[in-house]
Amino acid sequence: MSVAVIQFGGSNCDRDVVTAAAHVGLDAERCWHNDHVPATASAIVLPGGFSYGDYLRPGAMAAHSPIMTDVEARLGAVPVLGICNGAQVGAECGLVPGVFTTNTSARFRCEWVHCRVETTTTPFTAGYAVGDVLRLPIAHGAGRYLATPEEVDALEAADRILLRYCEPSGEITSASNPNGSVDNIAGVVGADRSTAVMMPHPERATVPAVARSTDGAEIIAGLARSIS
Amino acid sequence: MVRTPNVLTPTRTGMPQFSAAVTVRLKSGVLDPEAATTSAALSRLGFDHESLAHADRFELTVEAPTAAAAETDVTAMAEQLLANPTLHTYDVEVQPR
Repeated sequence: MSVAVIQFGGSNCDRDVVTAAAHVGLDAERCWHNDHVPATASAIVLPGGFSYGDYLRPGAMAAHSPIMTDVEARLGAVPVLGICNGAQVGAECGLVPGVFTTNTSARFRCEWVHCRVETTTTPFTAGYAVGDVLRLPIAHGAGRYLATPEEVDALEAADRILLRYCEPSGEITSASNPNGSVDNIAGVVGADRSTAVMMPHPERATVPAVARSTDGAEIIAGLARSIS
Repeated sequence: MVRTPNVLTPTRTGMPQFSAAVTVRLKSGVLDPEAATTSAALSRLGFDHESLAHADRFELTVEAPTAAAAETDVTAMAEQLLANPTLHTYDVEVQPR
């Protein structure tokens, strides 16, 4: 049993996820998008990068890649986590409502941000408490989460907001929102609760030797958790 | 060496060919930072303008038994890939070639 990290053409955080998973004691291997997700995969990660060169829209091409049929077949059975470009892929293929689009600033933002944990009933956040503030890096030009007001209300009502951008104190402010996401949303939970997508990079905040923060380690460790 | 043509030929299906265009626009009210940046650059160059919007246009050649069938096919392309319903509206034009 190991974590399958889907490698699309243009993915560039796949090895980072494998390394971060190893750091928290998980076996992980990359899975090329033209192959199938191994039947023994214990979790699936859609990693960051620029799949298909962000052609058409970030994530749009990968969302229609045949391997996503395998991923969708495993939803609910194993944890599925989309990170950055993986979040864009997940939104484009409907794992969560809405879309991640061009940052309000029209600039690529590569920096450390703070995110508040909004729910703990997911494999990825079960190791935190609601209200915990995580220091995580972002690196994206299209991270502005956009959904209709009705969709946002429904996500809120179903406790499906994973993370929100916040101040170090946990306060939700427009100044702490790096990309203009609606309601400061940085991550969203899928309907099955074992699927989630997020723009910040937990795998870059896991291994102490290469990160200023290890606040993302519990998210990566969540790939080994199941929720009942 | 046999080369596979990378364009449709009239004999591929034996059906009439149509030119189709899909124009994909952001829904009204959706912020377009790239258009705003482009607009600001035009202003810096001294081009006075009231507004600027950005759209993507996809031009296709398709074969179908009728124009209506071609429009149905191309509309499905827009629905499934070319446009994202959260962000976009689109229109489809079909003409005989």
